Amino acid sequence: MLIRTARRVARWLPLALLLILPALVSAASPAVPPEVAQAVRKLGSDDRDTILVGVDKLGELSDAAALPALEALMNGNLRTLPDGRVVIADDDKGIVTDALTGAQQSAKGLQLNEPIINNRVRRELEPVMAQLRLGAANPEVRLAAARNLAAQPDPDQAPRIRAALAKETVPEIRSLLTVALARLDLQSSDARTRLTAVQELRDSGRVDVKADLENLIATLPNGAPGEPDPEVRAAAVAGIKSIDHRQAWISAAGNFIYGLSLGSVLLLAALGLAITFGLMGVINMAHGEMLMLGAYATYVVQGLFQTYLPGAFDWYLLASLPAAFIVCAVAGIVLERGVIRFLYGRPLETLLATWGISLILIQSVRMVFGAQNVSVANPSWLSGGYRLLPGLVLPYNRMGIVVLMIVTVTGVWLLLQHTRLGLHVRAVTQNRPIAAGMGIRTNLVDMWTFALGSGVAGLGGVALSQIGNVGPELGQSYIVDSFMVVVLGGVGKVVGAVIGAIGLGVVSKFIEPFSDAVIAKIVVLTFIILFIQKRPQGLFALKGRTAET
Amino acid sequence: MKDRLLDFHGPRGWTALAVLAFFGLVVVPALNRLLPAASGLHIPDYLIPLLGKFVCYAIVALALDLVWGYGGILSLGHGVFFALGGYAMGMYLMRAIGTQGVYRSSLPDFMVFLNWKTLPWYWHGFESFPFAAVMVLAVPGALAWVFGFFAFRSRIRGVYFSIITQAMTYAMMLLFFRNETGFGGNNGLTDFKQLLGFTLSEPSTKLGLYVASVVALLLSYAVCRLVVTSRTGRVVRAVRDAEQKVMFTGYDPVRYKQFIWVVSAMLCGLAGALYVPQVGIINPSEMAPANSIEMAIWVAVGGRGTLVGAILGAVLVNWGKTWFTVAFPEAWLFVLGALFIAVTLFMPDGVVGLFTTGRPRQLLARLPVLRAGLPRPAPAPEPLPETSEDVSR
Repeated sequence: MLIRTARRVARWLPLALLLILPALVSAASPAVPPEVAQAVRKLGSDDRDTILVGVDKLGELSDAAALPALEALMNGNLRTLPDGRVVIADDDKGIVTDALTGAQQSAKGLQLNEPIINNRVRRELEPVMAQLRLGAANPEVRLAAARNLAAQPDPDQAPRIRAALAKETVPEIRSLLTVALARLDLQSSDARTRLTAVQELRDSGRVDVKADLENLIATLPNGAPGEPDPEVRAAAVAGIKSIDHRQAWISAAGNFIYGLSLGSVLLLAALGLAITFGLMGVINMAHGEMLMLGAYATYVVQGLFQTYLPGAFDWYLLASLPAAFIVCAVAGIVLERGVIRFLYGRPLETLLATWGISLILIQSVRMVFGAQNVSVANPSWLSGGYRLLPGLVLPYNRMGIVVLMIVTVTGVWLLLQHTRLGLHVRAVTQNRPIAAGMGIRTNLVDMWTFALGSGVAGLGGVALSQIGNVGPELGQSYIVDSFMVVVLGGVGKVVGAVIGAIGLGVVSKFIEPFSDAVIAKIVVLTFIILFIQKRPQGLFALKGRTAET
Repeated sequence: MKDRLLDFHGPRGWTALAVLAFFGLVVVPALNRLLPAASGLHIPDYLIPLLGKFVCYAIVALALDLVWGYGGILSLGHGVFFALGGYAMGMYLMRAIGTQGVYRSSLPDFMVFLNWKTLPWYWHGFESFPFAAVMVLAVPGALAWVFGFFAFRSRIRGVYFSIITQAMTYAMMLLFFRNETGFGGNNGLTDFKQLLGFTLSEPSTKLGLYVASVVALLLSYAVCRLVVTSRTGRVVRAVRDAEQKVMFTGYDPVRYKQFIWVVSAMLCGLAGALYVPQVGIINPSEMAPANSIEMAIWVAVGGRGTLVGAILGAVLVNWGKTWFTVAFPEAWLFVLGALFIAVTLFMPDGVVGLFTTGRPRQLLARLPVLRAGLPRPAPAPEPLPETSEDVSR
């Protein structure tokens, strides 16, 4: 969290500085060189030729301080005051900003003259702006400019790109500029240059230059190869291969990451089920409804924050984690004390009774909150995503779920391995009568375990509320998947549930590209049915004499 | 011969069966056809398909009772077998539409809609009723055989088996929801026109289907009764109560389980086939896991391990459902949910159990508040827990 906040600050800092800096600069010292100031004044001229002279001059001087003026000219926001000062007008706010010093004043009563530009000026403006951007102090501006150049390199810009490349230190911008240059060099008449360019494109590792390389080995309409030099052609073929290879890796990495996120959801949904199933041998069909209750608890907490703490709204999600846990844990205790404990030794009937409870819970929620889905918003720190590689974006909410999963699993594991309750839970899971004989109050262990399992499901509900709709039937869609995780992983073992859930998630995501999601699901279900032929106890069976038959 | 008949049923049982048959086959049609519409006892035409539907559900309940009540195998996937039987019949009915569909094509409407040019291979043959009738039994039977073969062989039982059957019905539902699977996707098969030349919208056809359903119910009952009173049936019950002991005595439990499992699936298919022309549609939502679980509550309400109970339960619960969903639609899920809980907690032997074993005092003894303090009552006809940890409580 801290890291993310810090990163966000780091991302916005340059922009903020950019906004503040001109004011500071103008207050401290008018650091703009007089030549630049003179050229900028020319931009406000009535005469297009004068404007062009100014643009050219600014291109020559290459001082990023002139960038706001040029952009304003391009967008038609540039105005001239009668004293010759050039300002940028903001008509909505009714203020003008000095194009050089950044000093602001009200536009009221000012006599503003607008320079008129035409396409000739615009054509001149574009490259100069691109060039100035490349020289800008703000890396974000340089990055955007480099990205444009890499996508559509302009031959006229080649020398300037070279100059910028020599000065550039940020690796990503360097790589983009190199690509831009290499793409230009592909048009060179010198085979050596072209060969180097192909190698540079290959080394850039960018998948979007594949088309350039494919052009080289393509056959022209007249039958001649697109690239006359055989060595360059061979290099292009090798380059395409390397890019394909990389592309396959990226998509595999993407599948893995999305699978991990799907698996985390499954795990949060199934972990509680695995524990209670392992402990009591009963299946809680109302487990899915615990997810649903958790999601609705999130919705209620969201509403409370909206009403009473609008200032802290972004943090409602953190408050909803304990809320959902407690709501579901209490529901779990009521369920266990009220129904399930009377059905021990009758697992099939427990299954039916808990199904009845799930129906009642669904209908109750429907009557309280309505049958329609309710909307639970992502807090701002979970919106958007992190661009890991070109073509691979990690949404923050998915990553948040992975983090929540790791925290939850670690917590549950610590609880089971390092607390007295955990010791008792493990003892009862392994052998109930002996554990009872040792003086463990098995019925209390059952109750607290049920509370724990349901509470974990509540956390899963919070997670689900962040990635999809929250409705009364939310839990129903996860119940079969959760059971499959339990069956696959083996009962009563946290590690089994982890491997089972993550494995299912990742495998599903790897199958999906070859078929649709439905087929992937069917394949996975079939696989599980076949799998338990070999290992009816799941991946991680409890060792020892508990293994029945 | 006489012994076998008495084995099959005692004199009281035969009488009850005769009354049931008389009521279903003679009284209901007579009240519908012979009485004037103004009469209070008249059964209006619109009720006939509803009664037919209940009868089909009763067949399903019988089938489920066979595996659950007698075999101790709780299936949460019987909806699949029901739907497959229904789809087999639906395919015949689709083909029977001929060129009377919306698009006037010889292909079913949804295929025209999907721009298919030829009939998929698995649709061939369904223009013939005898073929479809065979498929009604063969397809669910084959699926059950394959599924049972894998499941029973690796000794999957108890809740594990229940979950796997639920996964099966879920997977099949997803499969049938796809348009590409070739069974009409979401919408399923509908707009049927005629069956064996009879127009389905005619009241007389509806009555005929109802009578056919009652006959099928009686036949299914006979089959189930034959199975449970036979030597095989006794082995099946023994497997339910103590599978390992049966194994050590030299029987192979897998074969017996497999047998009743397949018989049960085929009965479900039959019920589905009779159900579809009466309700006029079959779609994948019939395979929704919730539907299959509801079937279990029919059996539980009526009384597991008694065939009459299964029939009674199916009719009672569905009658209640029909009434509630009209009178108090909001309340139905509460009632159904409460039914699941109450029956498992207080009436493990269902309605029938109230008459055979459950004198009111016994029922009271089942109340949890009282029972918690009492020693555990003698187990109900219930698969005896086999593992040591199960007996602990």
